[in-house]
Amino acid sequence: MSNAHHEADIAPGDEQLDHGSVAERIAGYLTGLGLAILLTATSFFVAGTNLVWEPSIPVALVVLAIAQMGVHLVFFLHITTGPDNTNNVLALAFGVLIVILLMGGSLWIMDNLNHNMMPMDQLMQMQR
Amino acid sequence: MSTTALTEAAMTQHGAAVGDWSGPASKRIVTGYGFWIFILSDIVLFSALFATFAVLLGQTAGGPSGRDLFDLRNVAIETGFLLASSFTCGMASIAADERNAKWFQLAMAVTCALGLGFLVLEVQEFVSLVARGAGPTRSAFLSAFFTLVGCHGLHVSAGMLWLLTMMAQVFTKGFRPDIQRRILCFALFWHALDIIWIAVFTIVYLLGSAK
Repeated sequence: MSNAHHEADIAPGDEQLDHGSVAERIAGYLTGLGLAILLTATSFFVAGTNLVWEPSIPVALVVLAIAQMGVHLVFFLHITTGPDNTNNVLALAFGVLIVILLMGGSLWIMDNLNHNMMPMDQLMQMQR
Repeated sequence: MSTTALTEAAMTQHGAAVGDWSGPASKRIVTGYGFWIFILSDIVLFSALFATFAVLLGQTAGGPSGRDLFDLRNVAIETGFLLASSFTCGMASIAADERNAKWFQLAMAVTCALGLGFLVLEVQEFVSLVARGAGPTRSAFLSAFFTLVGCHGLHVSAGMLWLLTMMAQVFTKGFRPDIQRRILCFALFWHALDIIWIAVFTIVYLLGSAK
């Protein structure tokens, strides 16, 4: 850590130590832990409750999960928007792009096939 | 103007102006950044498994679905273990930066215990699923489930081996710069596993047991 904060960049996972005593750093992790517990508890509550309009539950769960990933990135992995973090953020952005293409593309293509193809049992019947 | 004056002027400029090119990055940055790239590629690997799971979610072949199988209380406890271990791993990082061996070993031991608790619960769940006839061979849905969650479990197991190695290395060799870099990478790995678990409990367990 000591050799990191005079450089133009900092390593992913490192905090800027210019203004960080041990107590302040622990407080940062505690903040992250508190927020993460809050978001996790909300996720489990929303999934199990009848109080929320049902079609909105999957969207709510996905939003809560993305929010919690953000909390972990900021408070545990110390990925920030600062100029010393540009490289880390750019790598992350590229990773997220690939993840979105991969997941979104797979779901889109398979859903399209499910809509446009005959159900498998009928297809088997025709081949007999 | 002499050359020494020039270099001196250049050096003070570089020291003052953040963002200027000031020679190759330190080894800590190079190592940490390289490992960050690896973690992102690992997340891409997991996203492929998530896509497979999402596509096969309904393909239960007449067998049990997630709603019949998943015990959400068990999942909540697993989530708590992993989240707490992420926090204690952060405490270990702080102790390592402060070169405090006692607190480092304590925080790492707690992290290890919490990780072990998580793994025990996960193995128990897998064993009970197989015993109920819902093993990975039962349906495409269950194959995808065991592949995805099992892959995360394997990562946690590997992380725990790494964790014990770091405890031993700090014990025998102290906080050398190379060991500090390994601790940095380990912390990145452990926190990333927790981020992947967020996606697991949301997509697999909460969304998978809905409707």
